[in-house]
Amino acid sequence: MTGARVTASGWGWRHAGRARPAVSGLDLDIRPGERVLVLGPSGAGKSTLMHALAGVLGDDEDGDETGELLVDGRRPSASRGRVGLVLQDPDSQVVLARVGDDVAFGCENLAVPRAEIWPRVGQALADVGLDLPLRHPTSALSGGQKQRLALAGVLAMRPGLVLLDEPTANLDPEGVVEVRDAVLRSVEASGATLIVIEHRVAVWQHVVDRIIVLDPAGGVLADGPTDTVLSAEGERLAAAGVWIPRFPPSPPERRDRSEVPAAEVLLRAEGLVVGRVPFARKRAVAVAGDLDLTLESGTATALTGPNGTGKSTLALTLAGLLAPAGGHLAAADALAAGLGPAPHRWRSRDLLERVGTVFQDPEHQFLAGTVRGELAIGPRALGLGGAAQTELVDALLHRLRLDHLADANPFTLSGGEKRRLSVATVLATRPRLLVLDEPTFGQDSRTWAELVRLLAELLDTGTAVLAVTHDEQFVSALADARLTLVPGPAPAGGPGVATGSVSAGRVATGRVNAGLRQRTGTEPS
Amino acid sequence: MSLMTPEIRPSVIARVNPVAKLAVALLISCALMLSIDWVSAAVALALEAVLLAWCGLSARQFWLRTAPVWIAAPFAVLTTVLYGQDSGAVLFSAGFVSVTEGSVALALAIGLRILAIGIPGIVLLATTDPTDLGDGLAQVLRLPARFVLGALAGLRLVGMFIDDWHSLALARRARGVGDGGGLRGRARRFGGLAFALLVLSVRRGSKLATAMEARGFGSDIPRTWARESVFGVRDGLVVAIGAVIAATAITAAILAGTWHFVLA
Repeated sequence: MTGARVTASGWGWRHAGRARPAVSGLDLDIRPGERVLVLGPSGAGKSTLMHALAGVLGDDEDGDETGELLVDGRRPSASRGRVGLVLQDPDSQVVLARVGDDVAFGCENLAVPRAEIWPRVGQALADVGLDLPLRHPTSALSGGQKQRLALAGVLAMRPGLVLLDEPTANLDPEGVVEVRDAVLRSVEASGATLIVIEHRVAVWQHVVDRIIVLDPAGGVLADGPTDTVLSAEGERLAAAGVWIPRFPPSPPERRDRSEVPAAEVLLRAEGLVVGRVPFARKRAVAVAGDLDLTLESGTATALTGPNGTGKSTLALTLAGLLAPAGGHLAAADALAAGLGPAPHRWRSRDLLERVGTVFQDPEHQFLAGTVRGELAIGPRALGLGGAAQTELVDALLHRLRLDHLADANPFTLSGGEKRRLSVATVLATRPRLLVLDEPTFGQDSRTWAELVRLLAELLDTGTAVLAVTHDEQFVSALADARLTLVPGPAPAGGPGVATGSVSAGRVATGRVNAGLRQRTGTEPS
Repeated sequence: MSLMTPEIRPSVIARVNPVAKLAVALLISCALMLSIDWVSAAVALALEAVLLAWCGLSARQFWLRTAPVWIAAPFAVLTTVLYGQDSGAVLFSAGFVSVTEGSVALALAIGLRILAIGIPGIVLLATTDPTDLGDGLAQVLRLPARFVLGALAGLRLVGMFIDDWHSLALARRARGVGDGGGLRGRARRFGGLAFALLVLSVRRGSKLATAMEARGFGSDIPRTWARESVFGVRDGLVVAIGAVIAATAITAAILAGTWHFVLA
């Protein structure tokens, strides 16, 4: 099987109901077997191009097409099976319940004879390094495994063109490398053409031949060999939000320690065990235990460790949303402010001024039809009405540069805007402790820097921050301490319980050390 | 174990083509719907009990899975005894409530019927993998592939509902609107949560549809099936056994003189 050739001449697409075209005036010629990284700021139409190449953009009802886009000289919708597309979200690409069946799904649709399907399935699973029984349930896979499964499903179709639309944006660092290496192994073997969209250039930089930068105003901003494009356009791309290793976002400015209010203990855990209560069960199943930590005002704690060690469960427990499964967790007076020491017993409304939680998926926490309405929910639950509420909401809108979106539906915002809004809704009630679950997933470098700057400001005014994260840049930009969860030894007949310990390792800026000395009290000040 | 990949213990019934099991459940249900009397339901239930020995369910699994019908049946019996159509001698009477020989017989017939219809259906589900059922529906019954695979993929999303519901509820607690307001507040929150889940599911469904289309689903070429669904002699035999159970139940009721055709 040889790679496919992609040609575009003056191609463009306008989604139905939109005033501006998503892509316009695009001219391209991608040779068979080439490996291409497509870059561009948000809104440059990268995903639209990928969907068009995969033939899933729809027809006249879904939008207006101009010019010509061809795969091997034919329209993409007429060359199904020649093109395979892997999307960003691991969860929404699994079609069937068992691993083998899911990989076979594409082959069946292409009417591959039964006798030929199963050898192809075995080959594809081997290519992506997914060494599992064919009957293994797909629901039991990790995010990285699900992405490799989606890739195997595409490879089994033996496409001449493999399209990856931010395939690693939702994965932890191990998952990113897993998926990338699986892609490389398989296109190496099949000679297929590869087109990848990815914000994080470092992951693909050394394995692609060519970079194409799309221009939001139409056409192509830059197109050429990887190194040439990165050195000529690197700075401009970085300013537009693309992660370029040579141009990292600048670290946030921090206030001098003498101006920062003295730290006080907010929450203390000793021998804490966390877990969730499975559906239709009474008792929680522990995922992590033996945890000791202290959260202090004005300090940031990073919660790290591999997937499945219970980081999110721990964060939700510290946030008072889940009951501890064992051990001791107590809020100090500085946080409880007159309530009992067990955060999970506080009323929902009492959490607002004490602990604010930002969920991994911002869409989970949106409740209102407009951005303004969303921001008013917290203050209204606290009994703040009328002019005071309006004033508070206006101030937040302005501060987080959401003014122009005040009447937009939260679900229609871009990824970065959704994240800003979810943080803003929490800030509206000024909690003393902020708990964030993967706050930087899927952020481009510009929205990343904005978020880090905002959190630094909050830390300087005495808010405590606990963040579940895989993002080392985030850890070194903000964290005063790190709690790493490690998988525990598995006892007979059950999964292991993760444990963790607080360390100051690998967190290295002056400000960070100051925070730690404050925490441990060893600094003679 | 999950909704979509149930742990199915190897057993004679588990190896039967799901379409045959579906046919048995439908045959017995239809036969029992034709009449309301205790003899036909009792005979069907007794014959089904014999078949249960081959279904491979442990006692614990059996009671756990069939718990809904064991709960529903007594309630139906109780309400029919108290409020059902009266006939025959009055056994007890107070206000609206009157218990007669007729209402007791009716209650017994309805209670047994719920068990005799419910248990085969549940055993069918407990011994069948949804993917195998889909294969059977598409290959044996020739239902449209679009419909069958759409339903299978949709069913997979249902498994995610529980996690989504949980996350949405936690998010509401974090936003300060997770409790309070008494019964009315609780009802309103439930409605809001259900709507949020709907929005989330629709978004997820449309993403899944794109992913399926990107893998060639929905084109006009007739697709092949990786797993062959065979309807063999044994499966035919199982359907025949189902037909015999249905016929025996009806015959027994007619001979006993209790047959009461509901459409007559």
